[in-house]
Amino acid sequence: MWDYCGHSLDVARLRGATYADVRVMHHRQRDLTTKSGEVGTLGQSESIGLGIRAVVNGAWGFASTDQLTREGVAACAAQAVSIAKASALAKKEDVQLAAEPSYVDSWQGPCQKDPFEIPLESQIDLLLKADAAMRQIKGVTLTETDMQFRKIDSWFASSAGSKIHQRRFHSGCGIVATSFKGDAIQKRSYPNSFGGQHILGGYELIEAMDLLKHAPQMAEESVALHSAAQCPEKKSTLILGGSQLGLQIHESVGHPIELDRVLGQEANFAGTSFLTLDKLNNLRYASSIVNVVADARPAHGPGLGTFAYDDEGVPAQCIDVIKDGEFRGYLSSRETAHLIGLQRSGGTMRTESWNRLPMIRMTNVSILPGTWTPENLIADTDDGIFMETNRSWSIDDRRYQFQFSTEIAWEIKGGKKGRMLKNPSYSGITTEFWNSCDAICNADHWVLWGTPNCGKGQPMQTMGTGHGASPARFRNVKIGTAFSNE
Amino acid sequence: MSPAKKTRSLSARRAASTEVSLRPERELRAITDRVLRIAKAGSIPETEVHVDEVIDALTRFANNSIHQHVAEHGLTVSLRVVVDGRTARVTTNRIEEDSLRSALESAASLAASQPKDPGLLPLPTKQKYRDVRRFSPATAALSADSRARAVKNACTLAENKGQIAAGIFSSGQSQSVLANSRGLFAAYRQTQAEFSVTMQQGSATSWAKANAADFRAFDPLTLAKTASEKAARAENPTELAPGKYTVILEPAAVLDLVGFLFYDFSATAIEDQRSCFSGRLGKPLLGENITITDDVYHPEQLGAPFDGEGIPRQRVLLVDNGVPRNLVYSRRSAKKAGTRPTGHGFALPNEYGEAPMNLVIGGGKISIDEMIAGTGRGLLVTRLWYIREVDPYEKVMTGMTRDGLFLIEKGKVTRSARNFRFNQSILQMLKNIEALGPAHRATAEESFEMVVPPMKINNFHFSEVTKF
Repeated sequence: MWDYCGHSLDVARLRGATYADVRVMHHRQRDLTTKSGEVGTLGQSESIGLGIRAVVNGAWGFASTDQLTREGVAACAAQAVSIAKASALAKKEDVQLAAEPSYVDSWQGPCQKDPFEIPLESQIDLLLKADAAMRQIKGVTLTETDMQFRKIDSWFASSAGSKIHQRRFHSGCGIVATSFKGDAIQKRSYPNSFGGQHILGGYELIEAMDLLKHAPQMAEESVALHSAAQCPEKKSTLILGGSQLGLQIHESVGHPIELDRVLGQEANFAGTSFLTLDKLNNLRYASSIVNVVADARPAHGPGLGTFAYDDEGVPAQCIDVIKDGEFRGYLSSRETAHLIGLQRSGGTMRTESWNRLPMIRMTNVSILPGTWTPENLIADTDDGIFMETNRSWSIDDRRYQFQFSTEIAWEIKGGKKGRMLKNPSYSGITTEFWNSCDAICNADHWVLWGTPNCGKGQPMQTMGTGHGASPARFRNVKIGTAFSNE
Repeated sequence: MSPAKKTRSLSARRAASTEVSLRPERELRAITDRVLRIAKAGSIPETEVHVDEVIDALTRFANNSIHQHVAEHGLTVSLRVVVDGRTARVTTNRIEEDSLRSALESAASLAASQPKDPGLLPLPTKQKYRDVRRFSPATAALSADSRARAVKNACTLAENKGQIAAGIFSSGQSQSVLANSRGLFAAYRQTQAEFSVTMQQGSATSWAKANAADFRAFDPLTLAKTASEKAARAENPTELAPGKYTVILEPAAVLDLVGFLFYDFSATAIEDQRSCFSGRLGKPLLGENITITDDVYHPEQLGAPFDGEGIPRQRVLLVDNGVPRNLVYSRRSAKKAGTRPTGHGFALPNEYGEAPMNLVIGGGKISIDEMIAGTGRGLLVTRLWYIREVDPYEKVMTGMTRDGLFLIEKGKVTRSARNFRFNQSILQMLKNIEALGPAHRATAEESFEMVVPPMKINNFHFSEVTKF
């Protein structure tokens, strides 16, 4: 692979590139699903190719190819140069890249059990058993399970001399029970909705999730929701479960801190951000107990945003995003770092595959643990609602106003978890919401959740991001608007 | 010369230039023949092969300059085997003989790892397809320079108006062939071009977008002017109280909202009891002025005239004057329902079955200007954003307005308004349609392209307002 990298860089330089970097990536994937007792999807895929990014006349060009021959990669490099020259027709300023040393390294992410080495029969058998366990419960009308595994090898090289190989395994699994009755569809998912939990790691995740143990409970709750009380519409104290808080972080912290959004580069599609540059170090983002980091380092945990180097060859870093409630940092790249006075990129450029351009993406954007236990938190809450497991999410294109609904909720009265509530939802304005946080649970209840489906960019790229979170409490939150018709 | 050597030789010829083009269909057919030959030699009873080739390029601009500019060329071979009542799929972009043999072996191994599927059907036999021509050589040949010049014109317009432009201009070509061991062969190729632009004036924005098989079907500068004029009108928005409003949804807004209905017309979704039409087929559910068909042959549509198994797509009347009448079927769901497949199945194996991908919502004759003129008080909506399902059975969706929300008073657009969040049942909304405009191909960001009309709707529910 290094020969293809080197040759394409040579061609780019010869044709006039002042800087170029190249990624050869090899993706292998396995997808398994079941539905109502039958195997649904059963497939594997692999994709290998090369993408090269070049600066010519101060402008970028990118081209990609699956023709891994000397001729194929040379043509691809020449095309990237040609495209860069066309880009220069409509440029304002020359590309400036923050300085970065070159690295020669190889790294493999954690993986205790290679999922591709686990017999497929046992993987299908587990999913079918979990599926059957959910169907045992009367009233369940649809059951679904899934496992997904990815093995990603990437070879990065730059005209500055870097040569970095990384190997990562991603694994994920989940189960869903759905119940249709009368005029309502209710569902419960474990360990999370929309595909379950995903990590940087191997089959050890599947074993740790113990799908079989949780299947009956999900099925029972999906049926029980039909006879639960409707979540009221009011202002209330809200406690969010960890996975829902992870998504709240993703949408109302992770995306607004992407510097390309802030700078208007995503204005046509993903949108911009309320976090304009004047707000850096000058905004009370959250209450003083809230600390959020963007941490790609392996020490943060096996998240979907964990790596050793980003896709422009910058080592993984930990960035303070919110420190004691104050806004402290953006996600940046080599091209954008200087615009906020940084000497160096924050190392957040990531690409979906060989045929996509690296762009600023979340790494692991996590809230740091507090001091509470969930039991103490509930005991300390006189009147509130505990919501768990996302059902829908939406936020405006500057990331101010959001609305989330969850699969299930419970009333909290007098410090005790009470009756189940159906159709829960909450909404608010980002900074008002985060400033109302008055309790965060401790590290024993902190989980690094994986969001495997974050979409951004044109052409669209899907990326996995990590979000460490533990249950947390928010005061005076607007509840129930999604199901109000007033 | 072995087939593998021939492939390398052809690849090398293509690589001699930075201009790339799709392979001749015969080369893709040669790949399917090779896969079927290897499978037969390996005693795999039934095999299906998809070969897809994509050449895409996209020029992306922001802050009145190009900041991302990309091109890709890829070919994938996706094969499915049926062995002893079991099936599995393997996809690869490595097309050497050894890789294809390995992919077939993997598929056979995957298939053997599961229980028998009593509902699995044998592969379909040879089919006949309607000819659809959606390949524009001029679009296939559109260069990076040409796109960059069009972008520069839009950026210059923005600068002259004191605005900031952002957007994309993309062009591409693709082809698919599908063959199986029972003699079925289908082939399709198309081109596609898209221009999308956001104009920002102060803190106000507006947007315009077009998508077609032929880039000459739209004018980027005209789209840029439309967005520019609306952005100028969108400054200094008024904050209005949330509530129920008469709204005029421009086609992009209609598309992104009503597009979320598409999977509800799936026979498998009905069987799984997750469709909003469960228990409601054949009953008056929507307004009498709502008729929805799925029609890949509509002249403004794109897409292949066959489905994931190679079954010819049919035109299907889904909603007839407000009554949901018909569903779309894959071969499997059709057999279960005792009917014929409609050519809407996804590639197998999958758990979702099928869906209509070329919706056409019947339109009317009232223009948007006429709708505005006939509105005492209401809102004109340019587009919607971040739409998600809140209630799957009542089909309540939430989302935001974006890039131009305008107040209409006494038949005129008087000022812009701060963006709203909506929580609105699509089913209820489609009962409240006061007027429909002419239906045309629309494009936005949340649903795939469809043919839809602008709509004037009463009692549209906005629940909250944001800060801009």
